[in-house]
Amino acid sequence: MDLTTLIFKTVFLIIILMVTLIVAMYSTYGERKVAAFMQDRRGPNRAGLFGLLQPLADGVKMFMKEEIIPLTANRKLFIIGPSIAMTTALLTGVVIPWGGTLTIGGHEFSLQIADLNIGILYVFAMVSIGVYGIMIGGWASNNKYALLGAIRAASQMISYELAMGMSIIALVLTTGSLSLHDIVAQQHGMHWNIFYQPLGFLIFLTCAFAETNRAPFDLPECETELIGGYHTEYSSMKLGFYLFAEYINMFISSAVVATLYFGGYNMPFIDGLGLSQNTVTLLGTGFFFIKIFSMIFLFMWIRWTLPRFRYDQLMNMGWKGLIPLGIFNILATGIYYFFTELK
Amino acid sequence: MILLFYLLSAIMIICALAVVFSKNPINNVIYLIVCFLAMAGHYILLNAQFLAVVHIIVYTGAIMVLFLFVIMLLNLNKAIILRKSTVTRVSAVITGGVFFLVLLAATRQTFEIHARYPFASDFGLVSGIGKVLFSEFLLPFEISSILFISAMVGALMFGKKDV
Repeated sequence: MDLTTLIFKTVFLIIILMVTLIVAMYSTYGERKVAAFMQDRRGPNRAGLFGLLQPLADGVKMFMKEEIIPLTANRKLFIIGPSIAMTTALLTGVVIPWGGTLTIGGHEFSLQIADLNIGILYVFAMVSIGVYGIMIGGWASNNKYALLGAIRAASQMISYELAMGMSIIALVLTTGSLSLHDIVAQQHGMHWNIFYQPLGFLIFLTCAFAETNRAPFDLPECETELIGGYHTEYSSMKLGFYLFAEYINMFISSAVVATLYFGGYNMPFIDGLGLSQNTVTLLGTGFFFIKIFSMIFLFMWIRWTLPRFRYDQLMNMGWKGLIPLGIFNILATGIYYFFTELK
Repeated sequence: MILLFYLLSAIMIICALAVVFSKNPINNVIYLIVCFLAMAGHYILLNAQFLAVVHIIVYTGAIMVLFLFVIMLLNLNKAIILRKSTVTRVSAVITGGVFFLVLLAATRQTFEIHARYPFASDFGLVSGIGKVLFSEFLLPFEISSILFISAMVGALMFGKKDV
């Protein structure tokens, strides 16, 4: 890797990190505004114009609050918990292709930090490590509600990871590649995977809701039963990390859904306009973000519309509903490709 | 590369030792997780990305979560001090020592291992593994996949109350 590429990658990495954090920050604002809209309220409107400074005020509040570590807690693990949650949430953005290629001064730069040939599996691995943040934090609090929340989170995430894997296997059968870059490139010109894998998309979306611990699957922090779930004992910015990691996960999983099923940075009818390649790339990145924001809005919409599941309903749906559906989807996709390849 | 190798190896060995010597069951599991992550790092150094990621998903992400889960459910917070009789201790030391001797003798007499396949840099990637699995090792692969699916269906049947 030559020096210009290295510098570009470093700068791009920092930009992506910043964008992730800012989007997550304004997702909290968006969440409250969407909730207010759905419940016929005004939402935050005191700090700044339309309440736009509200996330900053919240951040300052989080930092200034007194930090309490319970006496009976395991100090080291109590601190490690939120750190793992935040780190794994931020690590996933590395493999997502944010755009095509930019040409600056004769050099071609790809708007993707690392094009791993196992891209999807990498996302999957990060998700599966992310559960430790919740489990370790919940256990280290030494509080029975936190422990129950942690155990719920772990079993929920393991159960829904299986169904998520099933939907990804069917997707890989259609694309023939595990690299996110190739998957996006194949969807050029409205060949979006959602038209080829509608059932797989529904399974993946449901599992994405469950993996991010968002309503209607937010049982790990179910406040009517568990006070605050795994973060009951947390205060100050450690609590902030847990809450913030959830919004980052929501942003990243929206990006993954947009990449896998909605063509990533591909725009329909872009080829006919005769624009230069850099313009196409930048427009594509913009369009990708529009897709992501629509997905985030869907996340919020569902949160403020559907009531929370009961725990046995959640497990029944995962094991008896989604996994058999996933197996059926793989079988159907396999049979379809077996007969079309034969001809 | 060499530096990374030694770093990962050091992390792995320290964590593996900590798994054995640590008294708190939760710490044991966490050291084992770090050990597995370092092992995945070794796979990446060997250019076996697929193996590394599958290792993280299966071992670190699923099996160790179950370990942690069981330990949390049993609530083994306190360090357990095992009290064994002298006879058990002495016999354990003798058995362990003899086993160590056998291992030592076995490793002393090993001959140099020759690579069965010519080295190819894309061997550990998905396509390389796929080609080997679906040609040379097709039968064992299919049998083990049937085993897995039957285990999964079995778990589903356990979950159903009225079959």
